[in-house]
Amino acid sequence: MSLNLTHEPIEGEHFLITSDLTGDVWEIVVGLEVHCELATVTKLFCGCPNMFGDEPNTNVCPVCLGLPGSLPVLNHQVVELAMRLGRALHCSVEPSVFARKNYFYPDMPKDYQVSQFDRPINVDGWLDLPDGTRVGIERAHIEEDTGKNTHAGGSGRIHGADYSLVDYNRAGVPLVEIVGRPHIRHPEQAKVYIDELRAILLATEASDAKMEEGSLRVDANVSVRRVGDPALGRRCEVKNLNSLRSLGRAIEYESRRQVDLLESGETIKQETRHWDEGAGRTRAGRSKEEAEDYRYFQEPDLVPLAPSAEWIAAIDAALPVLPAQRRVDLAAASGVGITETGVVITVQRDLDTLALAAIAAGGDGRRVLTHVEHNLSGEGVVDLDPSLLGNLVQLELAGQITATQAKTVLADMVVTGRTPEVIAAELGFEAMDTSELEGIVDGIIADSPDEWEGYCSGDDKRRGKLQGFFVGAVMKATKGQADGKAVNAILDARRSAAS
Amino acid sequence: MSESVIPTTAVEISRAVRAGELSAREVLEVHLSVIDGREGEINAFNLVLADEARIAADAVDRRVADGGDPGLLAGVPLAVKDNLCTRGIPTTCSSRILEGWRPPYDATVVSRVSAAGAISVGKTNLDEFAMGSSTENSAFGPTRNPRDISRVPGGSSGGSAAAVAAGFAPISLGSDTGGSIRQPAALCGVVGVKPTYGLVSRYGLIAFASSLDQVGPFSTTVADSALLLEAIAGHDPLDSTSIPDADTGAARSLLSVLHDGVAGLRVGLVTELMGEGIAPDVAARVRQAAEALAAAGAEVGEVSIPALSYGLSAYYLIAPAEASSNLARYDGVRYGMRVDADTTAQMNTATRTAGFGAEVKRRIMLGTYALSAGYYDAYYGKALKVRTLICRDFAAAYQNFDVLLTPTSPTTAFRFGEKTADPLSMYLNDICTIPTNLAGHPAMSLPFGAGADGMPVGVQLMAPALGEATMFRAAAVLEAAAPDLSEALQ
Repeated sequence: MSLNLTHEPIEGEHFLITSDLTGDVWEIVVGLEVHCELATVTKLFCGCPNMFGDEPNTNVCPVCLGLPGSLPVLNHQVVELAMRLGRALHCSVEPSVFARKNYFYPDMPKDYQVSQFDRPINVDGWLDLPDGTRVGIERAHIEEDTGKNTHAGGSGRIHGADYSLVDYNRAGVPLVEIVGRPHIRHPEQAKVYIDELRAILLATEASDAKMEEGSLRVDANVSVRRVGDPALGRRCEVKNLNSLRSLGRAIEYESRRQVDLLESGETIKQETRHWDEGAGRTRAGRSKEEAEDYRYFQEPDLVPLAPSAEWIAAIDAALPVLPAQRRVDLAAASGVGITETGVVITVQRDLDTLALAAIAAGGDGRRVLTHVEHNLSGEGVVDLDPSLLGNLVQLELAGQITATQAKTVLADMVVTGRTPEVIAAELGFEAMDTSELEGIVDGIIADSPDEWEGYCSGDDKRRGKLQGFFVGAVMKATKGQADGKAVNAILDARRSAAS
Repeated sequence: MSESVIPTTAVEISRAVRAGELSAREVLEVHLSVIDGREGEINAFNLVLADEARIAADAVDRRVADGGDPGLLAGVPLAVKDNLCTRGIPTTCSSRILEGWRPPYDATVVSRVSAAGAISVGKTNLDEFAMGSSTENSAFGPTRNPRDISRVPGGSSGGSAAAVAAGFAPISLGSDTGGSIRQPAALCGVVGVKPTYGLVSRYGLIAFASSLDQVGPFSTTVADSALLLEAIAGHDPLDSTSIPDADTGAARSLLSVLHDGVAGLRVGLVTELMGEGIAPDVAARVRQAAEALAAAGAEVGEVSIPALSYGLSAYYLIAPAEASSNLARYDGVRYGMRVDADTTAQMNTATRTAGFGAEVKRRIMLGTYALSAGYYDAYYGKALKVRTLICRDFAAAYQNFDVLLTPTSPTTAFRFGEKTADPLSMYLNDICTIPTNLAGHPAMSLPFGAGADGMPVGVQLMAPALGEATMFRAAAVLEAAAPDLSEALQ
């Protein structure tokens, strides 16, 4: 890989808070814990369908309801998907055991959650962000999801509701909890990390990773420290982050809150805090001192899990090419920098295969990526014939059509699948003869003596404004067929001649 | 037909029913009349299933008439411990907390015995959630020992042991976590077997301590236990701890070895379980049993298994720890009893306070404590190490011996109330039976004469994992040599 990968974030990406009070500069330290539902056919320990949004309590059986006498049987597909994800995150797959996490909650049928504690299946991996930051992955373990409570009547909140309803359809759905190391230094970087993780989850087909449907849930451990201080500050775990936007806002708010507290001589209490999207702030939940003791112990109803070396090798062999490598490949093929948005976004939208084929068909790399980034996002894009995109870029570079026209043609191509030549001809887009264009420009100069005077003699700001006036007028006269660059060149030449 | 012509063993009954010599229905009616006659004073059952049993018996008879295979337990009345799930039929664990709950499914063992043609006559009483050694901890009143109703039948499977001893059914199913089949078998003078962990499915057995629980048979004869164990043993894909069939073949083939004798078999008398704490009359019967085996050609010697001394302590940390988690689900939210309160947490507490008896609460507290942060290493963690040591010491003993012989219980059946005030003296009842649960090994108790008080003495045979066949060979020899139960030890 040609990336400059470091275990610490690269320079310039730090989110720094400078104190008004002391002038001290603080940096934020963030580690993310992500729960994601695995896209299995059935639940973790029984044959019930793993389905979102069905009629409440229809996808349930004695096992996932935790009825007396029922026993769990581990779903092979869960292990398969968890290992795929683990290997995609460069984790080592270890012999693991299941453990019971004991606490009372009505959405948990057995009043314990089967999880993995001191011996998780995946340990010690990493994930590379598009900006080159390498974020460590401490572990990615298997556990079961809980049911869902709905509080009804009265206030409708947990305290003050008249009654509560529990839907156990989600109980026993397989989750992987991915615990990231505290290597994130910027709210935006946290969002990028989630984007990248989601891309890996989709690429490995481990999860549909939908934050809005709750199949991907993010908790953020946030702390702050003075720049240069090697020790980590005391952290707070921020929950209830239902979107990337919430994630970024919550980290920003929480880090400023912590800096304010520390600056005024107070200490940070290690606690769970809940993000209130409406109020734009975090609120204290349960503090660690009153936190429950989960009394973890090995789940006696399941046997230890020890995937064979052959199984792990088969997983590795079947892994798809992952986003980080795809960015490397696309950057190399397009000649565009690996951290540039054209490369990052093209891979993020899963359009790198299309782009690579268009480039192979003779399209200029940068132009192809520009189209993918700005002009290809709607439906039908996946069916676009890449060689036609290559043709389009060639027409553009040959000056046959302008950039603006290319965008129009491309939109038509996506809908109709016709060739760019046919569409351009139908729309009357053809390269304008330079002398013809010059004639039109000269005519407009002659019709607008005041503007021309201002253009030639004004300062840069005024000239820029009037340049827009002239280009606009030419476009109007040519019904948009003129090449903006060519118009500018003519204007420039006429101004030089006039002075 | 009079009672006297009905055979008393499952082997005989099923043979006669399969041969068309007897109908399952007439066998059942005789047993139902015995139940009618004595159940009032014994209280072996939480529920007698006379109507359901008649329907099942008639179905067996129709199958015989149609020339179909009615199964190896055809027409044999059977009692089922009330911690085994029975579809649509209340399953209480002798606890108020499961009030009104009817499982939507049958335990695997229940399906297997019913597929084999056995006729379930009722759900038997137990110490609440199988926690106890006398059946005095049942929420529905104690079961009485059929051989002396002033004495306990043992526990926790006291109802299943008493049902067989009283002739309510020739066979029954119990569960054994620390001796809950063997100790009541000993106290009631019947045969009881705890199979190798994983030989019999736990699916549908309401858990007490999952790593120790195992379902097993009660009977009046060794052959009947062999027959019933063969019917229930075997891999179950619904139980992850169930052993694959390919590995258990010999342990599931028991009736065929009962006449193989013990010539050359190495039998170890366990030193640690013959001295302090064991009543002299019980120890004397065990020595007599050792002599009987020697007389039949076995090589009998003494063996010391030092780690056994720590078995009781380890058990009373591991079993309550698992129980504290297994019993968390009885929270009033989904099924069983609910005592309403203002908040969910208060409702949980009120329900569990009203629903659980004192012994269950004691063990939940013990187990919660043993697993708590700061105590885990000193208690639960240490107990796991002791468990490993016990396995190691057993393995060493089995280098030199094929089976081990011990008392099943330190004393014969005691009187009601004798040990309820002091939980520790009650726990000591399990001192001989607990080690095999910790090791996952098979063990069985069979009657070998009576003690000084005229009550039955049980002797225990133990074998390494999946050593059931060897264990049954020795048991058959002991059964043939056993003194009559009616003769008190002089």
